[in-house]
Amino acid sequence: MREEPNLSPIVQAIALTKQVSTVSDELVILHDINLSVIAGESLAVIGSSGSGKSTLLGLLAGLDVPSSGSVHLAGEDIFSLDEDGRAALRGRLLGFVFQSFQLLPALTALENVMLPLELAGVRDPQHPAMDLLNRVGLGKRLGHYPKQLSGGEQQRVAIARAFVTEPQLVMADEPTGNLDSTTGSQIIDLMFALNQERGATLILVTHDETISNRCERRIRLDSGRSVV
Amino acid sequence: MNLFRLSVRMLKRDWRAGELRVLVFALIIAVGGMTTVGFFSDRVQLALARQGNQLLGADLIIASDRILPSHYQDEAKRLGLSVSSSLKFPSMASSGDSSLLTEIKAVTQGYPLRGELRITEEFGGRVAGLQGRVTESIPERGTVWIDDKLMVRLSLKRGDEIELGDSRLKVTARITQEPDHSIGFINLGPRILINADDLPATGLIQQGSRIVYRLLVAGEAGVVETFREWSRSRLVIGERVEGIRDARPEIKAALDRAEKFLSLAALASVVLAAVAIALAVRRFSQRHLDGCAVMRCLGASQSTILRLYLYHFTLLGLIASSVGCLLGLVAQEALVYWLSVLVNEELPWPSMLPAVHGLLTGMILLLGFALPPLLNLRSVPALRVLRRDIGLSSNHGIAGYSIGLAALTVLFVWKAGDVRLGLSVMGGFIVAIFIFGLIGFLLVRVLSGLSGQGGGAWRYGLASIRRRATGSVVQSVALGLGLMALLVLTLIRDDLLQNWKTSLPPDAPNRFLVNIQKDQLQPLEVFFKENAISPPPVFPMVRGRLTGINGKNIVPGDFTDTRAKRLIEREFNLSWAREMSPDNLIVKGQWWGRSDTGKPVLSVEEGIAKTVGIKVGDTLTYDVAGSPFTASVTSIRRVDWDSFRVNFFVVTPPGVLDEYPSSYITSFHLPTKKADFMNHLIKSFPNFLVIDVASIIDQVQRVMDQVSRAVEFVFLFTLLAGFAVLYAAIASTQDERIHEAAIFRTLGSKRSQLVRSWAAEFTIIGGLAGVFAAAGASALGYAIGEYALNLSYSFNPWIWVTGLVTGVVVVTIAGLMGTRSVLSQAPLTILRKIA
Ligand SMILES: Nc1ncnc2c1ncn2[C@@H]1O[C@H](COP(=O)(O)OP(=O)(O)OP(=O)(O)O)[C@@H](O)[C@H]1O
Ligand SMILES: [Mg+2]
Repeated sequence: MREEPNLSPIVQAIALTKQVSTVSDELVILHDINLSVIAGESLAVIGSSGSGKSTLLGLLAGLDVPSSGSVHLAGEDIFSLDEDGRAALRGRLLGFVFQSFQLLPALTALENVMLPLELAGVRDPQHPAMDLLNRVGLGKRLGHYPKQLSGGEQQRVAIARAFVTEPQLVMADEPTGNLDSTTGSQIIDLMFALNQERGATLILVTHDETISNRCERRIRLDSGRSVV
Repeated sequence: MNLFRLSVRMLKRDWRAGELRVLVFALIIAVGGMTTVGFFSDRVQLALARQGNQLLGADLIIASDRILPSHYQDEAKRLGLSVSSSLKFPSMASSGDSSLLTEIKAVTQGYPLRGELRITEEFGGRVAGLQGRVTESIPERGTVWIDDKLMVRLSLKRGDEIELGDSRLKVTARITQEPDHSIGFINLGPRILINADDLPATGLIQQGSRIVYRLLVAGEAGVVETFREWSRSRLVIGERVEGIRDARPEIKAALDRAEKFLSLAALASVVLAAVAIALAVRRFSQRHLDGCAVMRCLGASQSTILRLYLYHFTLLGLIASSVGCLLGLVAQEALVYWLSVLVNEELPWPSMLPAVHGLLTGMILLLGFALPPLLNLRSVPALRVLRRDIGLSSNHGIAGYSIGLAALTVLFVWKAGDVRLGLSVMGGFIVAIFIFGLIGFLLVRVLSGLSGQGGGAWRYGLASIRRRATGSVVQSVALGLGLMALLVLTLIRDDLLQNWKTSLPPDAPNRFLVNIQKDQLQPLEVFFKENAISPPPVFPMVRGRLTGINGKNIVPGDFTDTRAKRLIEREFNLSWAREMSPDNLIVKGQWWGRSDTGKPVLSVEEGIAKTVGIKVGDTLTYDVAGSPFTASVTSIRRVDWDSFRVNFFVVTPPGVLDEYPSSYITSFHLPTKKADFMNHLIKSFPNFLVIDVASIIDQVQRVMDQVSRAVEFVFLFTLLAGFAVLYAAIASTQDERIHEAAIFRTLGSKRSQLVRSWAAEFTIIGGLAGVFAAAGASALGYAIGEYALNLSYSFNPWIWVTGLVTGVVVVTIAGLMGTRSVLSQAPLTILRKIA
């Protein structure tokens, strides 16, 4: 996949719409979103709370199905695949960072980072995981459980987990939402640094203007519509 | 393969994180309890059978009216079994002027193969209470050993000679205990033991003599069983195989009951473990929802997740079940040690079959009850990583556990060895779950209506119950089931065991007197009174042979069943009575009234009716003293054979059999200190046949004792399984409570407030569980007693009090103890945990 031409879009959303039916009427969460992200680019999705950012990210990652429209990841129409096919594609292409970290509580920091490699059947998952934890500054906390780590440390573990499979595309949903501003900016620094080092594409959901300003491109959502 | 390795790692990680402890504990206890009983009953059965075999003098006997073909002996030897033979017949023995009809038993070297033959050289003196010494040998050629009766009646001393047919033989010892003495009603009169080599010289073996030839076989249980099967297929008319189970219905009944009690206790722990496992896996899957969503997000397919957890749990099951088997092996050894006072014999090692059963039980249990939540795990939407409110779509409820329940039912039926017992227990549990669940939900509804009233703590308690409606109902149903099993086993076990024991009280009849003549009835009664023993009821007895059913002649050849053949071949005893024996129970038809006196009707024992195929309404024809006697069957009776009272297979009303030649039979309890009584009795009524069943009674009572103790021991497992349920149930709402504590305390509520409202909540849940338990236990106890064990169970009102109090106290204490750690931590620590 690496040999694909650099300028072709790695993510492409066409006329993406999501609506849900409530008791009273149809609620449109996303309306006709068109979007294309070129490999290596960084994109910020901004907007106020409830504007549909997480919904969009979920659709781009194939975690949810749209009411209409399509998403192409690395040229593949992900909604022509079944759920397991999309999962496999995610495993190959994607890394994730969430607002609420989503580390597995029964696993140590190291094991959490190893998990995606183990699921992918990588022979020696321990070394890359250790390297990356060293890189994010947690080399001394390998055996610690999530609950023994601070929020910022947990998010760094999550970032290491997102990058450990060397994904082409990293998505982050308000990665600093649960952190104070100092820690938050450290986390963002780390993400951009890793992104640069590995030449990955980054899609970042945030409502923080300063963070979004660091991205090469931004789209703003308002009540499910793209307004730029 | 890679996935498997990942599963192993996940298993290790989950274990390390303490996620699996309750589950593993419950599983180990269930398998441990099961295998303990398995191993133990394996061994005890072998031992009891062996003890029983002492009465038989062998593990197995082949008996015949004719000389036994040599192939039996050859095959037994080929299989490596020890063999010996005996030959028995009645003959006159005389000394001086007096002679007496005696039972001659000629034996070969090796006799007896099981049990002890005790003799003494001391003659005269007190007859009973003399133990003698164990001998390994048999009488030397030219000598005989005699029993007390002969010694008394012929006034024999050591060194006297007696005449047997053409031979004169010297009396050298007196038999004080003979193994195969009281088997059946065959060995009656005074007895002489001689060396088989002396037999030809006596000239007593002639055509037409009433001889019973026996081949005695003993050896390892499995091989004996092989031999039994082998010989069974070769038996011809007149030949029969006898093991202890064929010989003694009382002991068989006791053993059967023993097995049922033990299996029941073990199965109760299995059911409890199932509840604990279901709860634990439910919690496990709830806690792993996020993890699974993340894994889905990281690219794991549904089948990957399913396989991951399948391997995970299969491995877990195998390990825990193996540990359980080991535990069972150790525990049964401890049990055997504990019972060593009772089992004076070295117990044989158990087979490994119980371990296989244990492993199977463990796997069935785990997969049957873990699978539904695991199947759910795989379908967790990956979107949950972004939106926490998205959980599992379907709530399978009890339907998801139907595989588990079905498997458990099969297990029950198989292990209880009794479809009725298995189904009634399992059915009881399932119905209980449904009813408890329903009542639980209704009560939660009603209680929420009350939430406006009451003090602060109660209000919060009720509010929490309503908020966690499903959790609370699951909790109280699970706790109710746990308590129910414990109640059944404590209260009802005692009731049932007590009930059983009273069926064979210490003063159960231990002597039978047979061949009492009509004109002796009066003198006998006087004799009893003179000796300060209350005269026992006397039963008339007429010997008859069944010759026809519904006008059709029958011969032994009509039946394939050997027992049926034997019943047709032989004469057996008919009796008459106005009232039915109190230990009998009519299962079909009706007992007669006063007006039926003289009517040709019969009441037949259930077992014999089944074997021969007799139904109510059939007419039976008997050959009684050469003339035919025909009567119709009006009732089928169940006879409590382990009561040791005189019982008859076939009974008529009075006035039907009176003209036929009859004798009388009675049974009574002879206290050990009145040993002289028998001597006087034999002297006063020389024609009486005395049958001493004291040793059998003793044995049955020992079985009962052993079983009661073993049940108590196995009960420990049930108790532990009960704790597992308690723990799992309390833990099932733990996570919510942690959350709640953090929020409440952050919002400024005091610890004591939280404690009080939780205490109120646990009290309500515990009370509910207690009431469920009492209701369930009463119903189950009744069902088990009534339908499975043939014991009448009387409702115990205390069960309600006990249930309610235990429920409230235990659940509240356990609940508060379980949440203590949550309260003692700073809110920040807790908030971090749940982040
Ligand atoms: N399945 C659904 N059913 C009903 N409403 C939904 C559903 N999914 C999303 N919504 C609504 O759609 C809107 C957008 O939700 P979304 O989570 O995408 O917002 P967001 O931009 O990520 O907000 P925030 O910044 O608070 O995270 C919200 O109003 C949300 O309540
Ligand atoms: Mg959002």
